[in-house]
Amino acid sequence: MRNILLVIQREYLVRVKKKSFLIMTILGPLLFVAFYAAVIWIAVGSVDLKTVQVVDESNLFKNEFKDTESLKFSYLSSPIDSAKRQFEKSGANALVYIPSDVIKQPKSVKIYAAKNVSMELKSGIEDVIEKQIEEIKLSEAGITHKILEDSRVNVKSETISLSEEGEKTSSSGAATVIGGICAFLIYMSVFIYGTQVMRGITEEKTNRIVEVIISSVKPYQLMMGKIIGVALVGLTQFVLWIFLTISLTSLATTVLSDKMPKNQQAMVDDVQKKMPGGAMANSGMPGGNVQNPVSEVLGAVNSLNIPLILGCFLFYYLGGYLLYSALFGAVGAAVDNDADTQQFMLPITLPIIFSFVFAQFVLRDPDGSLAFWTSIIPFTSPIIMMVRIPFGVPVWELVLSMVLLVLGFMGTIWLAARIYRVGILMYGKKVSYKELAKWIFYK
Amino acid sequence: MNIIEVQHVTKDYANHRALDDVSIDIPKGCIFGLLGPNGAGKTSLIRIINQITGPDAGQILFDGKPLNQSHISRIGYLPEERGLYKKMKVGEQLLYLAQLKGLSKSEAMDKLKIWFVKFDIKTWWDKTVSDLSKGMQQKVQFVSTVLHEPDLIILDEPFSGFDPINANLIRDEILELKQKGSTIIFSTHRMETVEELCDNIALIHRAKKVLDGPKQVIKDQFKTNTFFVEYKGNLIVNESRYQLEPLKELENGFRRTNIHLPAGMSPNQLLSDMINQVEIRSFGENIPSMSDIFMRAVNEVPEA
Repeated sequence: MRNILLVIQREYLVRVKKKSFLIMTILGPLLFVAFYAAVIWIAVGSVDLKTVQVVDESNLFKNEFKDTESLKFSYLSSPIDSAKRQFEKSGANALVYIPSDVIKQPKSVKIYAAKNVSMELKSGIEDVIEKQIEEIKLSEAGITHKILEDSRVNVKSETISLSEEGEKTSSSGAATVIGGICAFLIYMSVFIYGTQVMRGITEEKTNRIVEVIISSVKPYQLMMGKIIGVALVGLTQFVLWIFLTISLTSLATTVLSDKMPKNQQAMVDDVQKKMPGGAMANSGMPGGNVQNPVSEVLGAVNSLNIPLILGCFLFYYLGGYLLYSALFGAVGAAVDNDADTQQFMLPITLPIIFSFVFAQFVLRDPDGSLAFWTSIIPFTSPIIMMVRIPFGVPVWELVLSMVLLVLGFMGTIWLAARIYRVGILMYGKKVSYKELAKWIFYK
Repeated sequence: MNIIEVQHVTKDYANHRALDDVSIDIPKGCIFGLLGPNGAGKTSLIRIINQITGPDAGQILFDGKPLNQSHISRIGYLPEERGLYKKMKVGEQLLYLAQLKGLSKSEAMDKLKIWFVKFDIKTWWDKTVSDLSKGMQQKVQFVSTVLHEPDLIILDEPFSGFDPINANLIRDEILELKQKGSTIIFSTHRMETVEELCDNIALIHRAKKVLDGPKQVIKDQFKTNTFFVEYKGNLIVNESRYQLEPLKELENGFRRTNIHLPAGMSPNQLLSDMINQVEIRSFGENIPSMSDIFMRAVNEVPEA
């Protein structure tokens, strides 16, 4: 026990003292804050003004295109051919051509632009034209504007999850973001720290120090010491990241709020006031039409069960890390140098990459059967379950998944230890899978 | 009293047998030479004594008791393939290795100070291992092997990579450790080292023990009752009594020859026979060198 602690201590200190650890620890939150700041900046700051020329041969859309913050429409009376010729000189971003028979042939509308037209602009213009044609056709059919207005009902739904604590406003948007971030972090950390374990083991093997060490420590202790030591490095990094991110974001918010327009600033303040209070319905804003995206996300985040998510994140980080780092460790013990690891890496990295790909589907359908099975199987569960948890997962599924993950990593550690004890003393031999299998069943 | 008793140890690897029913006794307080050609099974045996691997059959007694975990701290091991953590500082590394062998941090510190003074390497404490030359790294590794004052020190080719000055330094240390009561196992191919330092030897070849015992006894076993003589003049010997090897002409008219005596005949008789015929400059018994013994023992073993 004393020895395993000594190994853990060394592995931990050696890595934490490295410059690259310090750099990553500082850089991580900075990147996050930069991202966060960029989101706010885009939401708050002004957008480029684009001008759009309209050639309306049908004369049905006079003044139907409303100027917005980012779009300015101007109407041309010249025919389309000359408009096209003068388009380049005019400096406009797009040219919309509506032919005279647009009502009969709605697909004949054309948008010309020097560069590709954004989806937003395209669908915006289409919307206006569709609505206008619809209205004209309806009035031709004898339906008056009044009836039309009355028939338009605005439904806005609020997603509410039912749980033991009663009704709670949830936000699938925030759940998606949080789930995605957690999955990504676990994906990254399994890779980064798993390969660190592998490198460390190969380093000891090629340095030949391993023979000295295992004359005083059992191979199993050395392997576990390394795995645990690196896990603690990961945890330290996460804790520092969370701490630094929180302090940096609050700093960034303070700085940015000075530059915000008054009304937006009021909204952010509003959110910040409500934050300690916890539950906040995201649709409760007066007016409701111009929601500040920042306040929306912050509000929604508060509706999630953060302690549960954090707790599960730590569990699945550790579980997933232990499961995979043991396998990475076995690879490190089997080969002589980093270059030879490739052939064994693939079967280990595939399930990690697959689960990250599955995660995209699970985000869309967090309760489907793909989501269920992949969040139960230990090889994919660390990533997939973290995607599902913000959406709410039945307790029995969570427990089953956790138990299987614990069994899973115990299994891979056992397997890795068998390969490790033979592999670390095996030099100058290209190892095949058949060979590895033999090592496992060695006495 | 034996510090190590290897009893009928057999070790199999996937494709070959590394040790085949090997039994060796290593007496306390001696320098023991473990000899054998490459791939004979020396390293396998050393690893079993270090409890890095276990035997498939047989057992090993340490101080009369079956080998167990508590013996690890009483053994110091210097493998043939030296290795240290390249990026770690010398001081930290030695402290770590000493603690793994069961020393407390302060004990290790005190002992390290003595060694750093002794080897005159005080300035190395904060250096990274990769900044040291190969010879310097060897010194560091030697310190790590003996720092915890083990009862049994196993040195696999300890002099490889040392210049003559440092090799001497290490040799003196080894003799001093022996004086203090440690037992030292040498695994080596260098017969001059064996000749100079070892009290007892064992020779392993093709997984089997070929011979073992005190060096002197083995040398006696391998004696061929051959004497050399250097002389001036004409030597006529009775061919039926002595066998003469061809003459070798030396400077100043001296000649050298080897004479094989039949069993039961004393060298005195030979001397008195010769003394009347020639002027003798020197005379002596041909004691087989360790490398002769090594070659003969290895070649006598039939191919497997």
